[in-house]
Amino acid sequence: MSENTPHLPDLCTQVRRDIVRMVHGASSGHPGGSLGCTDFLVKLYFDEMLISPENWNMDGKGEDLFFLSNGHISPVWYSVLSRRGYFDVSELATFRKLNTRLQGHPATEEGLPGIRVASGSLGQGLSVACGAAQAKKLNGDDRWVYTLHGDGELQEGQIWEAALYAAHHKIDNLISFVDWNGQQIDGAVEDVMTLGDLEGKWRSFGWHVLECDGHNLGALDVAFKEARAAAGQGKPVVVLMRTDMGRGVDFMEGTHKWHGVAPNDDQLAEALGQLTTPLSDY
Amino acid sequence: MIDFISADQATLDGLTRKDTRSGFGQGLLEVGQSNDRVVALCADLTGSLKMNAFRDTFPERFKQAGIAEANMMGVAAGLTIGGLIPFTGTFANFSTGRVYDQIRQSVAYSGKNVKICASHCGLTLGEDGATHQILEDVGMMKMLPHMTVIHTCDYEQTRNATHAVAAHDGPVYFRFGRPKVPIITGADTPFVIGKARRVMTGADVTIVTNGHLVWNSILAARQLAAEGISVDLLDMHTIKPLDESALIESVSRTHCVVSAEEHQRNGGLGESVAACLARHQPTPQRFVAVNDSFGESGTPAQLLEKYGLGPSNIVEACKEVIAVKQGLPA
Repeated sequence: MSENTPHLPDLCTQVRRDIVRMVHGASSGHPGGSLGCTDFLVKLYFDEMLISPENWNMDGKGEDLFFLSNGHISPVWYSVLSRRGYFDVSELATFRKLNTRLQGHPATEEGLPGIRVASGSLGQGLSVACGAAQAKKLNGDDRWVYTLHGDGELQEGQIWEAALYAAHHKIDNLISFVDWNGQQIDGAVEDVMTLGDLEGKWRSFGWHVLECDGHNLGALDVAFKEARAAAGQGKPVVVLMRTDMGRGVDFMEGTHKWHGVAPNDDQLAEALGQLTTPLSDY
Repeated sequence: MIDFISADQATLDGLTRKDTRSGFGQGLLEVGQSNDRVVALCADLTGSLKMNAFRDTFPERFKQAGIAEANMMGVAAGLTIGGLIPFTGTFANFSTGRVYDQIRQSVAYSGKNVKICASHCGLTLGEDGATHQILEDVGMMKMLPHMTVIHTCDYEQTRNATHAVAAHDGPVYFRFGRPKVPIITGADTPFVIGKARRVMTGADVTIVTNGHLVWNSILAARQLAAEGISVDLLDMHTIKPLDESALIESVSRTHCVVSAEEHQRNGGLGESVAACLARHQPTPQRFVAVNDSFGESGTPAQLLEKYGLGPSNIVEACKEVIAVKQGLPA
């Protein structure tokens, strides 16, 4: 990134402001997981991926690719994409409104730069990423493919079909992250449908498994470096990223209750009061 | 092409019989040779889909997906990112109903250039029975925005259609079958997506058909000709987009139509025909199709007869609809 790139912690705070403002503006959306994955996505887009937003195209040859499989956390992705230059930040105000390119769940239909496949119906992104990673190999393109998944999303069977496929085909240019916040709409993942030994599951499916703190930019930096060091050796890599749903807004933190609920005017004011930054709102 | 009305029985009996899926396998090999962006995936049915030749010739461009069709559809969507042209292969049942949401979100809604190649469609799968005899797939696929839906009638048409499918930019549902059927198109008969193929010209009744029912419709037309009834026969190999102008042109001369297909009446070709004519040229229609039931085990011939898809059923439907036409005020 250029020397004009804002300080990443400030960006994280600004993205969190965008998230709560977008969801409030639409009176709908998913703030909890969005806030929880903010640090990861800011780090990914501003410090890890080789991308050229100004020359965005669907094929992304010679670039790193990212697939958001848990599409309901679209607010954080839209905010990060716009602040990274894929489209103007003013467009964030159209989130979830009629005729917007910022659909409730990410879509390609309206041509929003940065999005390569629709997501929302859960469990499909890992398969798509496997295909995109294999296309890179067939095209002689040595860049990386990253994905993000919710932990609740791992209850979908297709995830494990894709996990088998990636290991069998030695898709080692694929690095997946799990938003391991332990929460889903109906409650704690442990209560809804336990994932059991998640690390052991991925390992037994043939993946290289790492863990990290998803809110510590230094820890994320180490995780990215370790993931890329472990990749390229015949195995896909998954990073189990410990996060808090609702991170950064105290009354939203650590509970499933803000998975898909918009703040009212008072709650918005309270949230923004906790999120101060030298950057500007859209 | 043979004149199917004047040809003697020995000529028909002498036609080479091959399966449409083998036409797909040969076509896939050919498009693989002419276009290095073509890749193929198969869900543990490489032999059944006749994809062996492609696999053996282009091992790097063939991806075995195992018995995991949902993942296969997603992988195919991903392979398009970077400009490849993926062909997925499995039975029609596992190509559609089993993976509808994956096709809907990752392929159709995402506008991905995936070719969903579906063999063993309909009743003529035969002895495996209703679990595998999908009769709803055309309906599911034609309802999806952006999706093109094709169903071919013989080996050569399927081979030629494979080239057209590869050249087409956008998702395609490509349906073909298991049994060996007479080859009635030529190796160089043009296949144009969205353009019906006229099999024979007639004045009394239009038959709109596709797939294995093209042959049964030819046999029906021969019987009708012997009774002095001439059939205008359209092979509507592309169900979506429907060749509305060919259909309207035909019924504007015959004033009645029979649709014949190896599919449920609900959601099939006949429904598309009726919807088109209701809007543009209301016309009496009879439907030769499976009528809201599942299939069962049996030989293909037995099943087509039991479920009312035989030549005699088409003959009967034509006579009925001609009678309706004649009863209408001029």
